[in-house]
Amino acid sequence: MLIYLIRRLLWALFLFFAVTIVTYAIFFVTPADPARLAAGQGASPEQVQKVADSLHLNDPLWKQYGLFLKQLVVEQSLGTSFVNREDVNDVIARAAPVTASLVFGGAIFWLTLSIPVGILSALRPRSLLDRTAMTFVLVGIAAHPVWIGLIFAYVFGYRLGLTPISGYCDFVNPSIGAECGGPVQWAYHMILPWMTFMILFAALYTRIVRANVMETMNEDFVRTARAKGAPEPRVMRSHILRNSLLPIITILGMDIGLALGGAIFTESIYGLPGLGRQILISFENYDMPVIMGITLFATLCIIIFNFFVDIVYAWVDPRIRLS
Amino acid sequence: MALLDVRNLRTSFRTDDGIVEAVDGISFSVELGKTLGIVGESGCGKSVTCLTIMGLNNPRSSTSSGEAVFDGEDLIAASPQRLRELRGSKVAMIFQDPMTSLNPVKSIGWQLVEAVLLHNDISKKEARERSLQALTEVGIPRPERRIDDYPHQFSGGMRQRVMIAMAMINEPALLIADEPTTALDVTTQAQILDLMRKLQDDHGTAIIMITHDLGVVAEIADDVAVMYAGRIAEEGVVERIYTAPRHPYTWGLLGSLPRVDHDADRLAQIPGQPPSLLSPPTGCRFHPRCAYVMEQCVSVVPALAGVAGDPAHRAACLLDEETKAREGQRLADELLAGAT
Repeated sequence: MLIYLIRRLLWALFLFFAVTIVTYAIFFVTPADPARLAAGQGASPEQVQKVADSLHLNDPLWKQYGLFLKQLVVEQSLGTSFVNREDVNDVIARAAPVTASLVFGGAIFWLTLSIPVGILSALRPRSLLDRTAMTFVLVGIAAHPVWIGLIFAYVFGYRLGLTPISGYCDFVNPSIGAECGGPVQWAYHMILPWMTFMILFAALYTRIVRANVMETMNEDFVRTARAKGAPEPRVMRSHILRNSLLPIITILGMDIGLALGGAIFTESIYGLPGLGRQILISFENYDMPVIMGITLFATLCIIIFNFFVDIVYAWVDPRIRLS
Repeated sequence: MALLDVRNLRTSFRTDDGIVEAVDGISFSVELGKTLGIVGESGCGKSVTCLTIMGLNNPRSSTSSGEAVFDGEDLIAASPQRLRELRGSKVAMIFQDPMTSLNPVKSIGWQLVEAVLLHNDISKKEARERSLQALTEVGIPRPERRIDDYPHQFSGGMRQRVMIAMAMINEPALLIADEPTTALDVTTQAQILDLMRKLQDDHGTAIIMITHDLGVVAEIADDVAVMYAGRIAEEGVVERIYTAPRHPYTWGLLGSLPRVDHDADRLAQIPGQPPSLLSPPTGCRFHPRCAYVMEQCVSVVPALAGVAGDPAHRAACLLDEETKAREGQRLADELLAGAT
């Protein structure tokens, strides 16, 4: 078990450094002049030259990467924004909790919806519930989050007035000048984004749960459990669910990462000041340090999630624990 | 009186292609402490018969009729609740593939304890004690060290021993074994059969042994029923089936046994394929593959009829007694010659 953990950890570290290289390459393939961007509009050629020197842009590529890596590892710093000279670490620290609220809140919603619906669909294939659920799945998979977001904001926010149309409230310690704060306001403002997220992923997960449960129901060991005289609820709980929900853990680990991508759309629609909206703004301004910072941070999150999934998986599946 | 008396049992399945009559009116009985071998090709309905008796067919796609009287109680008419109580306590079952028949994410101890606690109102500790005992009895070495291991840490033979321990743990009166040795290698097969025989002697359990392996039947069964396409072709005491078989299908099965004395390149086989049960042949279901086929075989369904002088030995064939006796004798002699 310990060896397994160490191997996973080393692998995660290696992966992270591989990603820094790829991310750094983006910096160079983008058709923009970093020095000019950093110096700002209306800067003289001399000023641009000076900025290029201070950013080490005239050094060889490997040296620049080395400096970038050194800054990252030694100072744990992602640099400063070209646009407003703000520390990228601060930008991320401010935006990440918003995205985390969205992604994790959304994940809780989509799991609580898709697991029971998936199981019920599997138990009664071709029933009214199953067909309704599968129609919902089709819509959910086909619909784009921007469209879902707009429809939700219009119907629930504008027409029915049940929820805010957009905006965000901090969970704790609202910043000075903020309109609102506290857990209740936070949740109230997050309802629509969560629902949007839920539709997006619940559809997919309902399908996966349904397929896994149906497959596990036909396994020999389930028949063995019945042959032992286990009542149906027990067969479902102790024998089918444990086995059929194992793959969900893996997929969840991967999708939390994917969800960061989905967050770009959802945050834009609802005006949430999270990582997704931040990266969109930075793209418009060619704010390379922020773009790179967020990309690296997102990658780090995905790597950490996957590491976490590996551990959880080893914990729940004895076959992995021991091999 | 017989422990299990099956009368005119029918089971059919609704499939997308139509109704499949998997079991078409079969009758047999199992005596207390005895072993009945049910032999036949894949898809002849032998497994379905036993799953029907256990009440393990999917109730939504299958229907059964007839009777299966176990210890004075008709299992076909019994409520799902009653069947659940009987399963694992009075009637137990082991399956073909020990690799997939145990839950991969639960320790074998957990699975054995579950089997005990489902039918006994005792403490977990006592259940664990009993599980250890059961593992010892089926010959798992150092059970106290293996009980918390997971199925993937056991070999196929050891897993089948665990399955047998689990089936026998509540001392059932009847054990149904669905091809328990098919997935195992030959030496392990012999060990498992020995184990089953030993447990039968110790506990007086009756066994239904489903197999396509006539060698297994010869080794363990007291009585044999040969099934073909959902019906019983021939039944009787095991010696009689081997020394005086009365049905062309049984002849075919016996004739296709690999023989050391024959220097043939190919094994003898019954020509043709087992019929689809969606649209079974009319009359005798074996007639399209039978070497002795007569005109009436196509239209007349042969009844199981007792052999003269041995009413327990019955065969469903329209051939005249003389031919059946002569051909059966010839084949038995040939087999005997090969064996010595």
